[in-house]
Amino acid sequence: MNAPRLPNWAISLISLAVLLGAWEGYGPHIDPLFASYPSEIAKAFWKMTESGRLPKALWSSMQPFVAGYVLAALAGVPIGLLLGRSRVLDAAFGFYVIAGYSTPLIALVPLLMIWFGLGFMVKMVIVFLLTFFPICINTWVGVKAVPKTLIEVGTAFCAPPGAVMRQIVLPAVLPYIMAGLRLGIGKAVIALVIAEFLTAISGLGGVIISSANSFKTAEMFVPILIIMVLAVGLTHLVSIIEHKVAPWQNEIAGREGV
Amino acid sequence: MAHVQLEGVSKTFSMKVGGQVQQMRALNRVSFDIQQGEIVALCGPSGCGKTTALRIIMGLETASSGTVTVGGKAVTGCGLDRGMVFQHAELLPWKSALENVKFALQMKGTPAADLQATALRYIELVGLTAAKDRRPHQLSGGMKQRVGIARALAIDPDVLLMDEPFGALDSQTRESLQMEVLAIQERTRKTIIFVTHDLDEAVLLADRVVVMLGGQVRDVIPVGIPRPRHDMRAIRLHPEFMRRRTEIWELLHEQTASPVTRAEVAA
Repeated sequence: MNAPRLPNWAISLISLAVLLGAWEGYGPHIDPLFASYPSEIAKAFWKMTESGRLPKALWSSMQPFVAGYVLAALAGVPIGLLLGRSRVLDAAFGFYVIAGYSTPLIALVPLLMIWFGLGFMVKMVIVFLLTFFPICINTWVGVKAVPKTLIEVGTAFCAPPGAVMRQIVLPAVLPYIMAGLRLGIGKAVIALVIAEFLTAISGLGGVIISSANSFKTAEMFVPILIIMVLAVGLTHLVSIIEHKVAPWQNEIAGREGV
Repeated sequence: MAHVQLEGVSKTFSMKVGGQVQQMRALNRVSFDIQQGEIVALCGPSGCGKTTALRIIMGLETASSGTVTVGGKAVTGCGLDRGMVFQHAELLPWKSALENVKFALQMKGTPAADLQATALRYIELVGLTAAKDRRPHQLSGGMKQRVGIARALAIDPDVLLMDEPFGALDSQTRESLQMEVLAIQERTRKTIIFVTHDLDEAVLLADRVVVMLGGQVRDVIPVGIPRPRHDMRAIRLHPEFMRRRTEIWELLHEQTASPVTRAEVAA
């Protein structure tokens, strides 16, 4: 085949254009109560931005989202490292982490509201709880997967435990940590929307609810698409950071660079 | 006094086979002495216990019974008096060749000011100055093993322990690294313990070959080829080379029952 090879981004772009085109073409033939279509959604987006309703909702959502996610990463990574390295800690606390990961923590929301009220705090806690476990478990699994032979290099050169952790375990686990952080973004987004639905209705989730309640379907799609773009963008950002901090991973996996 | 001494060293591993715990005896009352500055090869088929013996000397495994002393001190764990070259180099994949050598130096407590210069010196010793900034995956198998040797030598150990380091290399690379080991020994006078299943390699490098079978020492064969050994061709043509090689071959083939079966009987 001598056809010129399209770059990956061009293929993605064509796919997106076809999808949006089909949606735009077919959408207007559906009752606007049941669905909307791109140009209608774009109009709603513009109107909501101008009125200040959207920026305000976005700002109110970002605070518990960022705070909960950052706290989950700051707690999940070190706890995962410790669980993976210490047999005693693993036996003492490992099953709590698995239980926390497997339990539908959403069920705790009514209780959390009693503890933390209805505002910023409870939303941050919900984001934290749903994000902490995947980050922690990924790190933990990563430590378990560090090749024994690399640890033995540390042993053979009399590396103290701190040096083994910093110079051998941590770099080896980095790809797992980054995978956990990527998964965490998806979880945090779900947690945020659920929190905004179930506690004080606010933020982007609040906009979804109030638009749906007044049958403004196009307006309802605006925050949904914003959340989607946000999640995809952040996930991509984590991937870029991963390639920056663990460039050897590509060489090992035999993938091409970003 | 012997530099490295094994006395009645036994090692039993427990492993679960089909739900049942079985005892595998890897070493059975192994004893041998190694003199200062000697190159000794531990030679035998896979499963004969040669690598286990080396790992016990390094302190990566503990003997079930018996004693190991290095420089008169009993081995209880790792020690910077011993430098290990691993079978597959085992470089840290996120560090460059130079940084891998620096890692060993840092563990030894080399002052930060001397790190760069010292690491560079050992990289140069193994002829990798031009590739010093490459990461392991950008190095060939032979180059990786050169870094492995530089890393082990950098801590200036009394004993260099080498675990089948050239087994995975093509024969030309292997030969050039073998000559390099001889040259490095000539310069540094280190005691070297070299594990190999390759009879040629054992006779080529070693002053004495410890022939192992089924977890036991069959015999210790002296190789009377004088040192320095600079010339691969001359060593191979030396009458001692063929004689000792044949002698070891015969030792290993005396009991034609496969060594694996023997190990199982011993267990």
